[in-house]
Amino acid sequence: MATDISKLGVKAKWQDLTEGMVVAGAGTSKEFLTGEWTSVKPEIDWEKCKQCLLCAPACPDSCIPVADKKRLEFDYDHCKGCGICVKACPFGAITMEGVK
Amino acid sequence: MSKRERLSGNEAVAIALRQINPDVFPAFPITPSTEIPQYFASYVANGQVDTEFIPVESEHSSMSAAIGASAAGARALTATSSCGLAFMWEELYIAASNRLPLALALVNRALSGPININCDHSDSMGARDAGWIQIYAENNQEAYDNMVQAYRIAEHKDVRLPIMICQDGFITSHAVENIELLDDADVKKFVGEYEPETYLLNPECPAAVGPYSITDYYFEAKRNQAEGMRHVPQVVLDVAKEFAAISGREYGLFEEYRMDGAERAVIIIGSAAGTTKDAIDALREKGEKVGMIKIRLYRPFPADEIADALKNVKAVAIMDRAESYTNHGGPLGADVMAALFRARSEALAVNYVYGLGGRDVRVTDMENVYAELQKIIDDGDAGETYRFMGIRE
Repeated sequence: MATDISKLGVKAKWQDLTEGMVVAGAGTSKEFLTGEWTSVKPEIDWEKCKQCLLCAPACPDSCIPVADKKRLEFDYDHCKGCGICVKACPFGAITMEGVK
Repeated sequence: MSKRERLSGNEAVAIALRQINPDVFPAFPITPSTEIPQYFASYVANGQVDTEFIPVESEHSSMSAAIGASAAGARALTATSSCGLAFMWEELYIAASNRLPLALALVNRALSGPININCDHSDSMGARDAGWIQIYAENNQEAYDNMVQAYRIAEHKDVRLPIMICQDGFITSHAVENIELLDDADVKKFVGEYEPETYLLNPECPAAVGPYSITDYYFEAKRNQAEGMRHVPQVVLDVAKEFAAISGREYGLFEEYRMDGAERAVIIIGSAAGTTKDAIDALREKGEKVGMIKIRLYRPFPADEIADALKNVKAVAIMDRAESYTNHGGPLGADVMAALFRARSEALAVNYVYGLGGRDVRVTDMENVYAELQKIIDDGDAGETYRFMGIRE
């Protein structure tokens, strides 16, 4: 009974679910697009961003990837839209609807 | 070679479990099921089984441990009665929804209160919607035979659901009867090895068991679970056929006793079926057209098959050894009447509540039920359909 995570979207039919909802295999959370859960997302204004990197460790879902000492675009596939990064940014570079 | 023995129902089930040699048996004692883990503990101490026997602190824990063991990939079980089953309530649903094929040796006893240690079916009837397979025994031989067949049904790839093997507290659990045991080697071969596809102790494929299901998935998960239940009757019949080949004893979804040409029928579960058979034999001697259906598989409920078995019957008495407080009868009554209604049956049906808290059932009680059914046929009217048998009033 291998888990076909690709079928586990919110439109999945009962026939597509695994027996007992067992999720077989490791690291499957990457394939599970929790980004579907929200309708609002943070956005970054690159002109205001100083690459201080205070936002990246503040993200509870590790959705702010960092490479070569610079943060990259949000991982919107897994960002649940909590808005914590908006508060973490000292330069007002990150904005999101509903978060001041 | 099979072996004749005289055994209590509890000892018979314990011997079946010794022969099955399960991996994990967490247990907490409660009358009248206590002897099952008690006998089994002696098999563990004697080195007759390889089972990890875990004395836990409550039934909540025994079922939790059995679930954990089963999820880990072990063949697990526990035993209980009455309030012990009630204390497992939360876990019963989890075992079923996680599709874990563990077993529960249930010795039926009244639920408190008033507090009582004797037989009725209120404990398992309360758990009838938990998603477990439920199989009931009339006598010690059936309790043994059902236990031997349990894992073959529960672990079948089309089923994968937990199974409750029920017998009547004290009446069969403690009464000693002559029974026939199978050879250890025959049981071992019949039951086979448990080979789960996905299990927590598999280093090749780590897994998550029991994940949270939000509203988007919960309903589909329950429908998926119901599909396992749909396959149960066929698997029960297939396993029974194989069991007959090694034992010579045949089982179905239910037993039809002298139903040929029967105009009046009783539908009953458990040990009182034996008493009813004596009443039927006496009445048949007098030329009365009476018969009985004894339920073996209660969950899932073989509604179509039972309606078909009753198609030529004029009056039916459905016997419930449990109250539902619906003001119109017990759980078996509701199931059978729904089956008759869907089949557009014209049989006149009444529902008796009987035998609560161990109230004795005598042959004359059952003869009276058949006499009442004759009156119903003569009147062409079922009258009060919610009745009590053996109550002082």
